Amino acid sequence: MAEPDATEIEARVRAIAAELAPLEGPLLPILHAVQAACGHVPAAALPVIADVLNLSRAEVYGVMSFYHDFRAEPAGRKVLKICRAEACQAMGADAVAARALAALGVDWHGTTADGAVTLEPVYCLGLCACAPAAMIDGRVVGRVDDARLDALIDEVLA
Amino acid sequence: MKDFILPDADFGTPASKSKTMVTLVVDGTPVTVPEGTSVMRASAEAGIKVPRLCATDSIEAFGSCRLCLVEIEGRRGTPASCTTPVTEGMVVHTQTDKLAGLRRGVMELYISDHPLDCLTCAANGDCELQDMAGAVGLREVRYRPGENHFATRCNGEENPRYIPKDTSNPYFTYDPAKCIVCSRCVRACEEVQGTFALTIEGRGFDSRVASGAGQDFLSSDCVSCGACVQACPTATLQENAIIDMGQPDHSVVTTCAYCGVGCSFRAEMKGDTLVRMVPWKQGKANRGHSCVKGRFAYGYASHADRILNPMIRERIEDPWREVSWDEAMTFTATRLRRIQDQHGPGAIGGITSSRCTNEETYLVQKLIRQVFGNNNVDTCARVCHSPTGYGLKTTFGTSAGTQDFDSVAQTDVVIVIGANPTDGHPVFASRLKKRLRAGARLIVIDPRRIDLVRSPHVQAAHHLALTPGTNVAVLTALAHVIVTEGLADEGFIRSRCDWDGFQDWAAFVADDRHSPEATALLTGVPAAELRAAARLFATGGNGAIYYGLGVTEHSQGSTTVMAIANLAMVTGNIGRPGVGVNPLRGQNNVQGACDMGSFPHELPGYRHVQDDATRAIFENLWGVTLSNEPGLRIPNMLDAAVEGTFRGLYVQGEDILQSDPNTKHVAAGLAAMDCVIVHDLFLNETANYAHVFLPGSSFLEKDGTFTNAERRINRVRRVMAPKNGYADWEVTQMLARAMGAGWHYTHPSQVMDEISATTPSFSNVSYELLEREGSVQWPCNDAAPAGTPVMHVDGFVRGKGNFVVTEYVPTDERTGPRFPLLLTTGRILSQYNVGAQTRRTENVVWHDEDVLEIHPHDAEQRGIRDGGWVRLASRSGETTLRAKITERVAPGVVYTTFHHPDTQANVITTDYSDWATNCPEYKVTAVQISPSNGPSDWQKDYAEQAARARRILPAAE
Repeated sequence: MAEPDATEIEARVRAIAAELAPLEGPLLPILHAVQAACGHVPAAALPVIADVLNLSRAEVYGVMSFYHDFRAEPAGRKVLKICRAEACQAMGADAVAARALAALGVDWHGTTADGAVTLEPVYCLGLCACAPAAMIDGRVVGRVDDARLDALIDEVLA
Repeated sequence: MKDFILPDADFGTPASKSKTMVTLVVDGTPVTVPEGTSVMRASAEAGIKVPRLCATDSIEAFGSCRLCLVEIEGRRGTPASCTTPVTEGMVVHTQTDKLAGLRRGVMELYISDHPLDCLTCAANGDCELQDMAGAVGLREVRYRPGENHFATRCNGEENPRYIPKDTSNPYFTYDPAKCIVCSRCVRACEEVQGTFALTIEGRGFDSRVASGAGQDFLSSDCVSCGACVQACPTATLQENAIIDMGQPDHSVVTTCAYCGVGCSFRAEMKGDTLVRMVPWKQGKANRGHSCVKGRFAYGYASHADRILNPMIRERIEDPWREVSWDEAMTFTATRLRRIQDQHGPGAIGGITSSRCTNEETYLVQKLIRQVFGNNNVDTCARVCHSPTGYGLKTTFGTSAGTQDFDSVAQTDVVIVIGANPTDGHPVFASRLKKRLRAGARLIVIDPRRIDLVRSPHVQAAHHLALTPGTNVAVLTALAHVIVTEGLADEGFIRSRCDWDGFQDWAAFVADDRHSPEATALLTGVPAAELRAAARLFATGGNGAIYYGLGVTEHSQGSTTVMAIANLAMVTGNIGRPGVGVNPLRGQNNVQGACDMGSFPHELPGYRHVQDDATRAIFENLWGVTLSNEPGLRIPNMLDAAVEGTFRGLYVQGEDILQSDPNTKHVAAGLAAMDCVIVHDLFLNETANYAHVFLPGSSFLEKDGTFTNAERRINRVRRVMAPKNGYADWEVTQMLARAMGAGWHYTHPSQVMDEISATTPSFSNVSYELLEREGSVQWPCNDAAPAGTPVMHVDGFVRGKGNFVVTEYVPTDERTGPRFPLLLTTGRILSQYNVGAQTRRTENVVWHDEDVLEIHPHDAEQRGIRDGGWVRLASRSGETTLRAKITERVAPGVVYTTFHHPDTQANVITTDYSDWATNCPEYKVTAVQISPSNGPSDWQKDYAEQAARARRILPAAE
């Protein structure tokens, strides 16, 4: 996917930021909206958001980098998250994770070479009763065993 | 004031301003503190130090380090003492077994991710982490080596968490390996400096201090003020001087020699070597803050360019010859006396320095009045704030600002006009921004979009981007709105001002031709915006006006100052904290130089030379008859020199060739003289035309006082012997004696005693008083023994406030087809004035040449590229420099600085000047810009002449 050029990013981000600026505490909604629109929060977006909200670049960067969900690079076409928190670990999440890493041939936060999927760890999806848990593009999946994981991987690679 | 290095007392959290007092018991000791004080601070006031890492009293409590936990009777748990406010009857225990265990556990965690290289660490001897490990009795770290931020390699591989040092800033180093993520630097950058250049990136164990959005320090928004370095409890942010030299062994409190804010610093020394300058918390002008110049840019004082021996030459075409002090003095005295014999006593004169001390300035004017026998003394204030003196004296009765800097914390609406505080007066700007973040409103009147108009967390309510040269029209229009909309403070005016005068003035400003609508075309300021600004200033609460050279350096500079005074009086904004009229003075002692009688018509204390009683005071003391004829101003001296009637000039610590307008005329005047004496640290540009060079001493090498923009007399203390052998006051005394005067001063305090004996507004000032009080603001006399922070409290010094009619008269400098753009000049944060000092420091990494700011529209019309060479031409001359295309300037306006002699912006400026004081019109010059290939012929000739004029003959064998 070709990266849109900086002027285009700036224009899009400025429009988003200007629209949401009147909100109370507008920075997080703006970051969410930018990520929704661009698939990630490009570095070129930060000074634009800072300018619209009259914050410093450092402040915007500090907030963005605090939240793991805001990504600086584009993700794959799908995002698969595997829970690595305590309850899921107790129910075999480590094996699920290892299988997923091996099947996709990437490390955590990595994207497959064909850009199909990005694999990410997540710390608790609130689905402990159905551990181990995973999430694919926002849809949660419980009781992930080998078979279910393989099905998920087929789905993301399809 | 020489002491061993005892850090300034740190109470952990800022003081509360509450008047309600609360009593509590800390470790059995009763303490009474203002409501809102933290338990930590209350304990500190009782002499009990609660361990802490993330707290320091320059910034608000944060509660992150968990080391300052205490137990409070009746409360569960162990609250952090920094974030817990005191309550009446509270019983606090700061040392219990439970707390000791918790603190040790916390310290153990900190140390588990900190290198144990204390012996070779730059902070060794000045590290709060080390101190706290000692205080809590940490004896072992049970965590096994694991993931960390400090080891370059981990488990045989490169440690991905290790971040190398950032050495991009020339003055300090950021070493992430030592960071404990207490956020003190981030908070200092935000709360103290107000730049918001730092943040914590990541979260949890990934957290690191970051400058900007991942840039290095130099390319981030960092302004290198040093607040983060000051706040850092470890070696993470450390001055390079400490890394290179180790810890200082003693310190001396002194005053910065850069701008008119007059910050107090501790010069921290090793023997007679300066290790670092640290802002002094007790300093009343700066309250513990600093900027890049005062904090770091002192290297010029030991720069190789400094001339340390006197030099003379017969003709300015000759090379310099190093001579003894005796020979230099004899040569000079003989020449000056010969000129006087041949051309009359008025054929010589002198220029006092706004960078030297009050005592030195006083002696130079005394030399001219007593020994030269005339009043041909002037000072660089001629070219900066002489209209302030004239305007404020006419309206209020004193030639000085009305407030102290603390006053800004109580202001509600601020007008900043013709000043760029974030660059010119950075420490004041930080204090102003702090108040703005707390809710005060700001009106900026400036042709250029300065940083205060909009920068992180600061936004001016109104920016009146006027056309250069129309200050008076804008200010009168503001007054028009206030008067015609019934917003004038009639009660204040009736009781404090001349009522008849007010009525005349009110009728004048109320005239329709002064309405914002009528003047909008002329000033370029939209009428609605101007009306809104006027209403805000008149009704927004305490209104304060701060102004700079954008007000004074105009053909109507004095008129503008009076219009400002009118505006303050009509709104009742004089005589209490939070209001007032405040000139921001450019140089460290420009206020003092004016106070000390540096003007050709005024004796010390702004008393006219025609006043017989004042002259009698000095005549009795000095044993001579003084002339009652006002002497020549600088431009008159130069004109007279060209005509051949003025032939000798003693210039102390000024570079008139670079700083004064119309460089070619200045050069012609200097070249026509028989004896030009330059007394300076460096062979400056003026010295190219000098016959005698007397080496000067830096502010580190002498005792004395500087008076800052708030009239505060601050002590300057000698921390090392003069490298040139003599302090400047001693050199002036040598010259006086060579010319026959019987001066016998052995210490500057004796000069101050003479000043206080002769000058009523200084009558109680003495070194003993300054030692006791730290500093005082004049007037300091029997009526105000400890000085006067706010002036005109019960009445104006002149009696009734005087409204002056301010008719707008356009400058004769007009744009036209040949010169369609207006050039205005200013300065930049990292450089100072003509740059003689800052160009000789590492500050050049921020600004190594003057650039021309031009609006994209004007640039495109002329085919000018960003960074390309342009020719800048006016009716006076032309020069070349590089262009910077920016929307900070309006179309039709261009802007540059005058810090670099190779640009010589003053070749361009004209000799139009203020009608009352001759202050040059630097801020308006009609110019044309065109693309260029490189330096102009003038620049090449100039460089050649300068190189020739700076030749020094090798010393005779």
